[in-house]
Amino acid sequence: MDIAVILRTVPDPVEELELNDDETDLDRDFLGFVLNEFDDHALEEALLLKEEVGGSVTAYAIGATDEVEQILYTAVAKGADAAVKLGDDVGALDAHAQAEALGAELAGRSHDLILCGVQASDEIDGQVAMLLSAKLDLPHLSVVVGAEPAGDGLRVTKEYWGGITATYEVGLPALLGVQAARQAPRYVAVSRIRQAQEAGALSESPLDRPAASSGITVTAMRIPETGAGAEMISGDEEAAADKIVELLQAAGIGGGS
Amino acid sequence: MSGAVLVVTEHLNKRFTDATFELLAMAGTLAGEGGVEAALVGSGVAGMAAELGAADRVVVIDAPHLEVFDPDGHATALAALVAERAPRIVLVPYTSTGMDVASHIAARCDLPLVSYCQSIDASDGLSATCQLYAGKIEADVAVDGDRAVFSVLAGAAPAADGRREGSPEVIHAGVDTTSRIRFTGLAEPEGGDVDITAQDVLLVVGRGIESEANIEEVVELAEILGGAVAASRPIVDQGWLPKTRQVGKSGLTVKPKVYLALGVSGAPEHVEGMRDAATIIAVNTDPQAPIFGVAHHGWVGDLFDLLPELTDRLDG
Ligand SMILES: Cc1cc2nc3c(=O)[nH]c(=O)nc-3n(C[C@H](O)[C@H](O)[C@H](O)COP(=O)(O)OP(=O)(O)OC[C@H]3O[C@@H](n4cnc5c(N)ncnc54)[C@H](O)[C@@H]3O)c2cc1C
Ligand SMILES: Nc1ncnc2c1ncn2[C@@H]1O[C@H](COP(=O)(O)O)[C@@H](O)[C@H]1O
Repeated sequence: MDIAVILRTVPDPVEELELNDDETDLDRDFLGFVLNEFDDHALEEALLLKEEVGGSVTAYAIGATDEVEQILYTAVAKGADAAVKLGDDVGALDAHAQAEALGAELAGRSHDLILCGVQASDEIDGQVAMLLSAKLDLPHLSVVVGAEPAGDGLRVTKEYWGGITATYEVGLPALLGVQAARQAPRYVAVSRIRQAQEAGALSESPLDRPAASSGITVTAMRIPETGAGAEMISGDEEAAADKIVELLQAAGIGGGS
Repeated sequence: MSGAVLVVTEHLNKRFTDATFELLAMAGTLAGEGGVEAALVGSGVAGMAAELGAADRVVVIDAPHLEVFDPDGHATALAALVAERAPRIVLVPYTSTGMDVASHIAARCDLPLVSYCQSIDASDGLSATCQLYAGKIEADVAVDGDRAVFSVLAGAAPAADGRREGSPEVIHAGVDTTSRIRFTGLAEPEGGDVDITAQDVLLVVGRGIESEANIEEVVELAEILGGAVAASRPIVDQGWLPKTRQVGKSGLTVKPKVYLALGVSGAPEHVEGMRDAATIIAVNTDPQAPIFGVAHHGWVGDLFDLLPELTDRLDG
């Protein structure tokens, strides 16, 4: 099974975010970027499938930043057979532009399966995974928590709510929006990543800035006033513990019984 | 363009989800003369239209293979339906089923799609406020044209306002429902050792807990308090706690007396499962963490500094 995995970088979710001067986007200059967590699961599921039925895994990522190269080398170190960096400095692309660029690249490559993280935290104009499946007219399932080989296709588990799951059979080619792999994404030693880097295990494919327009305009961004409704506890951990114990007791919980 | 607001309904085992009624409530506030239409896809579902009294018209797509949600078949059918009815606004729930259809409706009908919406304004053009970066940023978005598809977050409107019996006009749509996917079965979650929905106090660990071993200290504290440990999704995906402990969109909805979040960021998918807890206390090193937006009490600091202090005070 020849599998394509789409990898994207997103702003590090634990970093403090700042806005640009006209407050319509993040100030990206000093932001740290990390691999989108759901894409990490998509890669893991791809590697598991390859281990089960053979074939290949090719990782694709758009952009020219160090972080983009790093996630591609990491994918190779984990077991991907090839990594493709799309485009040079195209800057931040919205989901429509990403789907357009990926669609153009993948249309000519005849992969059996495309795996993509179910969503990313910045996809204001739609999820790349499903926009791409529409563009390529592929059968699709999103919120996938497992895909296993079954006959000529796959047996896919999709998650609903309250822990309910449904299983489906789908023929190939297909595109899956992966929420979680069947097992936690594997770790890889930094030395292996360095090896991949030294081996130059990365090819580049040119990318013109895609023309697709999302049809929406971000007019303003704000950092919501978190804690606006919350009473913030000041002081150190001792003060915090005192207050929390007080709140627990006020609710009739613990200690006092 | 018809001027209507079309709601994509969602149901499982012949029961509509809360998300459906939230969207109907929202549609009621947005609808002008075109009224509210509900799209109802399934098998033998026309009778369910009576539960959609908040809609003026219910458009039914009935096909045996669409009894349970079929990502490909539903997307194809709904895209065709939207193309035919040409509503001004399409509301899709930001849920497991909505994520499979929203993009396809938008792509097929060449409409813009606005994701992660928490509110929509249709009074003068179309605009929305959305949550980005897992709730850390709020964005105002203007639709360039005069029609759009909106993927709406849970809790954007009160479900009670959209839950009304009635006798809306029922229209049968004969659209393409072809699917390249076959549904093979539903699985309910296995019962866990602990029912987190029945606890007075929940200590909830997020990725800030860092390792499986670190959860032990929280488990001990929960035992002292007579409560239980619950978790955000990444902790469950790591296999550190069972699925039955997960709070949120794909986990359980909980309403304990006290909800103590330790190293949970407060992504919208988590918050939808806990925002109705009586007292929410959040501990997080990041002052920007969105969890402080739903918490009643917050402390910016390191959970590993706090835990021993709590144990000191409560043990013995
Ligand atoms: C379809 C779908 C369904 C989903 N369903 C769910 C669901 O049911 N439940 C759910 O929880 N998520 C769900 N998610 C995932 C959700 O989007 C978030 O990824 C997840 O909630 C984040 O978990 P977290 O807060 O533990 O991790 P993070 O977002 O990584 O946050 C960790 C937090 O810990 C803080 N921290 C770090 N170290 C410390 C320390 N020492 N002391 C104090 N604080 C610290 C950090 O500042 C950060 O805020 C779903 C996603 C999708 C796409
Ligand atoms: N992203 C990562 N990349 C490489 N190693 C990691 C990563 N995260 C954790 N580790 C280390 O991998 C080892 C196994 O982690 P665990 O499976 O979580 O017990 C530990 O020594 C971790 O510190």
